[in-house]
This record gives sequence, structure tokens and C-alpha cells, in this order.
Amino acid sequence: MAVLLNENSRVLIQGFGGAGQREAANSLAFGTKVVCGVTPGRGGQIMNDVPVLNTVREGVEQYEANVSLIFVPAPFAADAIIEAADAGIPTAICITEGIPTLDMIKVKSYLQKSTTKLIGPNCPGVISVAERARAGIMPVDVYTPGNVGVISRSGTLVYESVDQLTRLGIGQSSSVGVGGDPIIGTSQQEALALFEQDTETAAVVLIGEIGGTAEQEAAEYIKEMSKPVVSFIAGATAPPGRRMGHAGAIIAGKAGTATAKQTALRNAGATVVESPSRIGETMLEVLQSEGLT
Amino acid sequence: MKLHEFQAKELLSQYGIPIPQGRVASTPDEVVDITNELGGKVVIKAQAHTGGRGKGGGVKIANNADEARQSATEIIGMQLITHQTGPEGLPVHSVLVEEQIEIERELYLSVAIDNSSGMPIVIASASGGMDIEEVAENDPAAIQNELVHPECGFQPFQGRTIAFKTGLDGDLLRPATELISNLVTAFEDNDGTIAEINPLVVTKDGQLIAADAKFSTDDNADFRLKELIENRDTSQEDPREVEARDAGIDNYVKLDGNIGCLVNGAGLAMATMDAIKFEGGDPANFLDIGTANSADAVIAALKIISEDPDVEAVLVNIFGGLARTDIIADGVVQAKKIGLLKQPTVIRLAGTNVEEGLQILEDSGLDLIRADGFAEAAQKAVKAVEN
Repeated sequence: MAVLLNENSRVLIQGFGGAGQREAANSLAFGTKVVCGVTPGRGGQIMNDVPVLNTVREGVEQYEANVSLIFVPAPFAADAIIEAADAGIPTAICITEGIPTLDMIKVKSYLQKSTTKLIGPNCPGVISVAERARAGIMPVDVYTPGNVGVISRSGTLVYESVDQLTRLGIGQSSSVGVGGDPIIGTSQQEALALFEQDTETAAVVLIGEIGGTAEQEAAEYIKEMSKPVVSFIAGATAPPGRRMGHAGAIIAGKAGTATAKQTALRNAGATVVESPSRIGETMLEVLQSEGLT
Repeated sequence: MKLHEFQAKELLSQYGIPIPQGRVASTPDEVVDITNELGGKVVIKAQAHTGGRGKGGGVKIANNADEARQSATEIIGMQLITHQTGPEGLPVHSVLVEEQIEIERELYLSVAIDNSSGMPIVIASASGGMDIEEVAENDPAAIQNELVHPECGFQPFQGRTIAFKTGLDGDLLRPATELISNLVTAFEDNDGTIAEINPLVVTKDGQLIAADAKFSTDDNADFRLKELIENRDTSQEDPREVEARDAGIDNYVKLDGNIGCLVNGAGLAMATMDAIKFEGGDPANFLDIGTANSADAVIAALKIISEDPDVEAVLVNIFGGLARTDIIADGVVQAKKIGLLKQPTVIRLAGTNVEEGLQILEDSGLDLIRADGFAEAAQKAVKAVEN
């Protein structure tokens, strides 16, 4: 099964420029069905064997696209997400970093009345490993098929933790980068629910970071989960009041600190890792103690 | 971006929010002129990006021109140290000179982003002039919150609810609801992340006035806030951070330690700092190079890191996704060749094009300390500083 993407996923790429084309090629090489790109004004061209269209709706009508991967630059990205939703794309995944928060607030409000699930923005995307379905920018070499799901606000920490798991012989079902912005389409809690319901997933790595209260909300859900969760919170050593790269990674108030999040997760029954280099080992211990390997 | 108090007040004033009479000044002579214009009784307020200015000696009351000159001389040019600035403080180049206002009551009013609901939120309290977080903790009932719906916008009833709850009724009801609504509009029009009036004052003659104001904008919206951005005061920021931003590196934060860090991705960059601390070291900076796929961007970042006199060792930790490790490796090698990176340099590469990246390091023949995993990289960097 895996989450969000599977062998039936047909990926459309919005913003089919350099990064979009390169990642299309990487996904195609991995075995993913990348069916078309969308760049307004470039409709009718073929780039790297991928047909280019003017609108997302054409991609749905002509190529049965059901996933949109968005690379559109930040000032225009809100429009691109809404276009995907308007065309009825079930899963929109937005890689773009730097979208103004107030734009995302409008997008989020629009999405509440649509059937589209948004992942991101400011995220590395989603991959379902055994299904060879990739909509994102993650390096595929570090993945190996298996039963651990990975959720992270940070892209590079997805790669880091997946790499640690793979080196220890632990495979992954899917990884979901939920995004580093304060307003995102799918929360950590919602991503956890997807993995909880997924028959292929036995355990979940959850990588949070400082800022906001999303980890505390995730912790509330972890209390109800049947599957074990191993968690790391990045930014334990970050100074308060400073934005640490991610727009969402700024400590404002006690709830935003790593300590507050670690405590909430521990109290909810998650295994919290203090050092980022011990995510893989800790998952191995948890899988062994639960008899899940 | 943070605005100064005088900039925030100018902005709010454009939205019809009453502010005290006054002007900004950068010399004692100007302060005296403004004091005379305002009739002799003024408040002189240091313009620096920090709270707690009063306790730090940055706010003084003057009852005549001589006192104003005296206070202005003390404040202009000072390094203002508060609980928010750290021991080095912030330079004060200008002061806001304002009329004294006669205070009947002080309230708190702000607009911010509520991440959980994904909407702007208006926060108000009848206790002004205090730290709102303390109020929230000790007396949550004293705080009134109203969410701003993205489609309908802020509604008059919400303004009235806040006004009644905070005791702004009677003759104050209409001006209060207007003021709250105007603050929301100012926040939305200018991509605010925080718009705060603390205190919002009811004067002895029954007027509402924004006695202090704070406004910060969303850095992601810089492209459409050109006018505000032009007035950015870079003297309030660490010079290395300004230099980094000028070089196109948005995500550099100067820290207290001695291990310089160049990392791709904000999460990995934070985790690298955490790993260094975990191994007993101290990071000198946070730096997310992002997907900067040019050797020049890497060199520019390494210049900022390695020219920082605090830096005794450098840790390059890259897990390539969109970012390519071969390009990063090339940048590191070039930086070293042009005389940057005199400090011991630990480099850990993984992800996209890692074989090519490692080959470039190998071929360079340079003295770079290679590390395989995350923990090893942090350990070697900490060790390099100890040696």
C-alpha cells in the first residue's frame, strides 16, 4: 500500500523549468509515471520526452494526472496550488520555498472546500519506495523498501534518517516531507494518521523541529496510535527569537522549544532521540523490542 | 524584517491609528527642536530592535529643552543592552521624540499568525504594558482572542467582542472597534508576522492612542514590500549576517561558539548544531546553503564563515537532494585554494552525486578531514577545536 503515492500515481509537474525537468528525469529513472509538465505558454512542446501543457486541467483530461508536483516560484506558487486543486488533482505536493504566509493562509482556506490534499510547501516531497513512486527531490539511492514510515518538517533530515535506517538494514514504506513553513497543507498529525492506517507500515520516524506547536498536536495523536514512533526534534541548541532557515523554525514562547516538544512526545509514548545521529539505531532497538523486524 | 518603533507608528498612522505627536531625530539639536515644537514636555525613546528599552536606559522623560538635550546626548550613540539583546547590546543611532501623554488606562493589542488554525489572530488584554506571554500563563481568562477568517475578513462583531471584554465600551466602543479593524488591515496589507500595540493607551481625556508599536514583516514577502524593505536598518543586525544576505545567503545566523558550519537544509543545519553540542562543542553559526548549485555560492558562504575570527574549525555537512555534492565539493576545494578555510575543515558528503563529490576532494590533494556519518563529522570537528 504505502501512503499518498503508489504504482497508480501519475505525476504532473507544475513549473517545468530546470529543477522540474531534472526531477522528472530522476523520477522516471526510478520507475515513476511522470506523465506531463505544465508551463503556461509552453504548451505543445516536448521536453526530455515529457509533453508540456499550458494548464493543469489539460493534464488531468489528457493524461489522467492524479498527483501534481509543484516547483513554481514563490510569488506565483499560491496560484499554482489553487490551479491544481481547481483541476481536481487529489494530491498536490509543493516543493517551493519562500511562499508568503498570508498567501498560504488563503490557499489553506480554499483547500478546505476542495478534495485536494496538499503536502508542503517548502518540502522534499513524497516517495513510496516499493511502489517506485516518487514525487519530490529526494535522492533515491538512500532508500530501500521496507516497513518504516518517515515524516519530517525538514528535507535533508528525511535523507539523513532514511540513510541511517538503510545502513542498518531497515527499509522504508514511504517518506513524507510535510514542510518547514508555519502554514502547511498536511500536518505531522495527519501524516501520522496516514501511516497508522497503512498496512505496509509497522513503525514511524517523526522528525520535528523548534517553532509552533505541531509536534504537541502530533503527540496527542501518538497516544492513540498502535504503531511505535521514534522522534527527533531539531534545533535544541537554537537561540530563541531567531528564524533558523525554515520560516516556521523560530522559538516564540515556551511551546516552541525543543524541550517542550520532546516532553510532549515522550509523555505520549514516543521514543525521543537526543542526538540526530542515533535515529536509525533507536528505530532498530524499537523494532527489535516490539518484534517487528 | 523588524521595523523600528517610529516606522511601525508611521505605518499604523497611515491606517488611521492614532499615535502620539512626535518625530524621529538623530542629533541632540534635532531633539531640542522637536521638544520645543511639542511644547517642552517629551518622551525620548531609543530606536533599537529590542524590547525592554526602558529598563536598559533607552527611554527617558524630559520636561524641558535642557533635559531633552541631556537625555538625547546619553541615548544617541549608546549600546543599548536589554534582556533581549545579549551582553553586546544594540547601537542606537536615532531616537523618537514624542509628546508626553496622560495615561488613564493601558491595554494590550496585537495581530499575529496562529499556526494551528492557519489564520491571523487578534489578541487583546486589559492589562497593557506587560509581557503578554506572562499574562497568558498566569491569567489566561484576561486574554481575548479572535481569528481573522481568510475569506470573510475581520468582522465588526469581533472587534466589539474584544472592546467589551477589555472595557472599551461607551464612547470608546466605536473608535476601539475601528482601531482594531485598522490594525488587522495594516497587518494584512503589509504581510505582517506581528503587529503589536503595547500599551494601547486610553488617555485622561478619553482618547485611544498607540503609545508603543512593534511591527515585523514576513521575510518571504520581501518581493512585494519594496518600500518598507528600502528602510531596513542593518545597524541592528550582526554585520556578518548583513554581509551574508548581501552575498545572497539568507539563512545565516551568528552564534557564540567556535565551530563554523556550512550545511544544506534548515533541518540538517539545526541538527548539525545539535550534534556539535551533543559531542561537547559549540557552533559558531547556523548556515543553510539551500540548493545553491554554484561553486561561487559555496565560496561566498565559506568566506563569511572562515573570516569570522571566532571560528577555529569548519564543519561542512551536506546531504544532497536538489543540492549536488559535487558542486559543493568543488566550492570547498576552490575556497581552500584561494586562501580561505585556514582552519581545520571537516567535510561530510552524502546524497546526490556523492561519488563525484568525494572524487573531487580526493583529487584536490588538500588537507581536508573527511567524515563518513553525522556523528563522526561532529566528533571530528569538536576534536579539531580541542587540538
